[in-house]
Amino acid sequence: MDPPNGMLWSLYANVLVQGVLTGLVYGLMALGLSVIFGVVRVVNFAHGEFAVVGMYAAFVLFRSFGIDPFVSMLPIAAVFFVIGYGLQRTLINPFVSRPEHEQFILLVGLAIIMVNGTLMIFGPDARSANLSYSFDSWEIGAIIVDKVRVYAATAALAVAALLFAFFRFTATGVAIRACADNLVGAAVVGLDVKKLYALTFGLGLACVGAAGALMVTLTDATPMIAPAFTLLAFTIVIIGGMGSMTGAIVGGLLIGIAEAMASVLIAPSMKTMASFGLLVLVLALRPQGLLGRRA
Amino acid sequence: MKTTTAITRRTAIAGAAATLVAPAVVKAQGQTLKIGSLLPRSGFFAQAGQSMHRGVLAAPEMLKALGYNVEFVHIDTESNADVARTQAERAINDGCHILTGAFDSGQTLAIAQVTEQRQVPFVVNVAAAPQITEQGYKFLVRNFQTGGQLVTNGLRLIKDVMDAKSIQFEKAVFLHANDTFGTAQRNAMDAIWPRVGLPIQLVEKIAYDPRAQDLSVEVAKIRSINPDLVMCVTRASDAIKMVRDMVRQRFQPKAIISPGSPGFYDEEFYQALGPLADFVLFGLPWANPKSNMTQAFEKAFVKANPNNRFAVDSFNAGFAFEGMLIAADAFKRAGTTNGPQLMEAVRATNIPEHVMIGGPIIFDAKGQNPNIGSALVQNLKRVPTVVLPKDVALAEPVLPFPAWQGRS
Repeated sequence: MDPPNGMLWSLYANVLVQGVLTGLVYGLMALGLSVIFGVVRVVNFAHGEFAVVGMYAAFVLFRSFGIDPFVSMLPIAAVFFVIGYGLQRTLINPFVSRPEHEQFILLVGLAIIMVNGTLMIFGPDARSANLSYSFDSWEIGAIIVDKVRVYAATAALAVAALLFAFFRFTATGVAIRACADNLVGAAVVGLDVKKLYALTFGLGLACVGAAGALMVTLTDATPMIAPAFTLLAFTIVIIGGMGSMTGAIVGGLLIGIAEAMASVLIAPSMKTMASFGLLVLVLALRPQGLLGRRA
Repeated sequence: MKTTTAITRRTAIAGAAATLVAPAVVKAQGQTLKIGSLLPRSGFFAQAGQSMHRGVLAAPEMLKALGYNVEFVHIDTESNADVARTQAERAINDGCHILTGAFDSGQTLAIAQVTEQRQVPFVVNVAAAPQITEQGYKFLVRNFQTGGQLVTNGLRLIKDVMDAKSIQFEKAVFLHANDTFGTAQRNAMDAIWPRVGLPIQLVEKIAYDPRAQDLSVEVAKIRSINPDLVMCVTRASDAIKMVRDMVRQRFQPKAIISPGSPGFYDEEFYQALGPLADFVLFGLPWANPKSNMTQAFEKAFVKANPNNRFAVDSFNAGFAFEGMLIAADAFKRAGTTNGPQLMEAVRATNIPEHVMIGGPIIFDAKGQNPNIGSALVQNLKRVPTVVLPKDVALAEPVLPFPAWQGRS
């Protein structure tokens, strides 16, 4: 049974707004993956698992110390930066020049350890941060907007803007971009490539840590959600263009909107199909992604 | 005349055989039944699998007190049918005499193929797909309702609560996960709804992906239809998402009732939603709060799992325990661990006093227990409480729902 015409349009408007807001958080999560691949050329197959660890970190900080995830996202991002930096210098770096399947095995192994680690520590139950405003919403005409979704989308945009500014306006950011554009040239002019790679990996993980903290305000943390996040981030990055930061945000938005609209126009259970349909379409028409550069 | 006792070759062989067999006979008398408990303790169904496992952990003390000699092997199926099949093989190779499991229908069917081939009895504790007892398995019994029975009983209980509270629902929406269980429930709903004659207009059936990050779109769609009754088949994490999005979108139905599904009675549901978890209703087979064995089992459960609430785990833990009870009871009667003989005893089960609501545990020709009852359970002060049928109820049902806002 379809709702009356007026209700139908308000339904579309509500769903569209939710799609845009969720898409922005998706975009931030995928941004970390895109940054790492764009510079280090390593595909982080443990990306979703890091996001889930970020969710649990925000959950623990909220449950134990009452720290709002919108605040704890900053220290979580900082800690993830340090972890990413250390991980690149110790574990990942020896694999940078090795075949891709070896990188794949390394990171999948890391992902399995993380999933099982979180399962052992937190168990399989869904954990959520019950903020005092978790259930609040604004009613704007016929549109109802969740407060947390608006906050999360705004925070995601702010983090993305900071990252863009870092790469554009700081010497280190420019040096990282130089590494991404021309690795040999960067090495020739004396840039410390290993250090820049580690910084990039740290930044990528900081993004995913922040995104995880934001995600826990929208959905519940469970260890088993991690592979779905990894897949989602991959889909977004491939649609937006591997290595393109703007592409990650655009891809996130497109996936958010496509899933939301497919839910209402086709069937809610078909929303995943919509995102993969979009992926196939992009791969067929523009294999490098919407904003990616042709190899 | 001289009498000689000639020892023939045949007598010698018989004597030797008797000497060899004698220790085995003595050993059989003091034998222990080795039960393999196959549950999805990790992966997608981990939450329910862990809940059932807590019931298994409470079983040894209970069974020992009842005079049964059993040993348990705990096996994780990782929520994966292929793993379940491999683990069943491994359990049998490792000496398990009987298997119980496996919460999910897909994994249960995978295990059933192995137990049938190896002639090892398999007691299904939770799994609702009708085909489990429709495929002619000789080494399988199911102590759980089929999907059709779950829905039929669930819908009957909706009618009962409407009568009991003199409340009328005009429009209903049915929301269900599109996984194996949810789809089976949808099919059962399609078949049974027209037959039960409920005076409610079922205006929409919405399938959703249980792995979705939220159910905001689904709830927006329901809200645009504005039904006064939402019927749903969920798992725990998506039940949380559904209620959360209903509150955020300010959608207030008269009632949310599940005609036979998990989700609303899991600890995570209460933890995540607090007072918003209250008043939802679900019609399910449930532990009989007035049974002596349930009360004894509750004590054993609390001792084995001091950090968990029995009321919350009683559905999963109760069925997990009953699976063990059926196996142990059959072994006691059969006096052997031999598969076919043990299975014969399993099929002849008749246990009048047990944990879950319903008549004696017996199995029909297909291996299905026809006596499992359902209760209407409502969350009251974050405790799942039986509110119907009256003979086992602990409280009166609260309908229509109090508003989301202002709950404490």
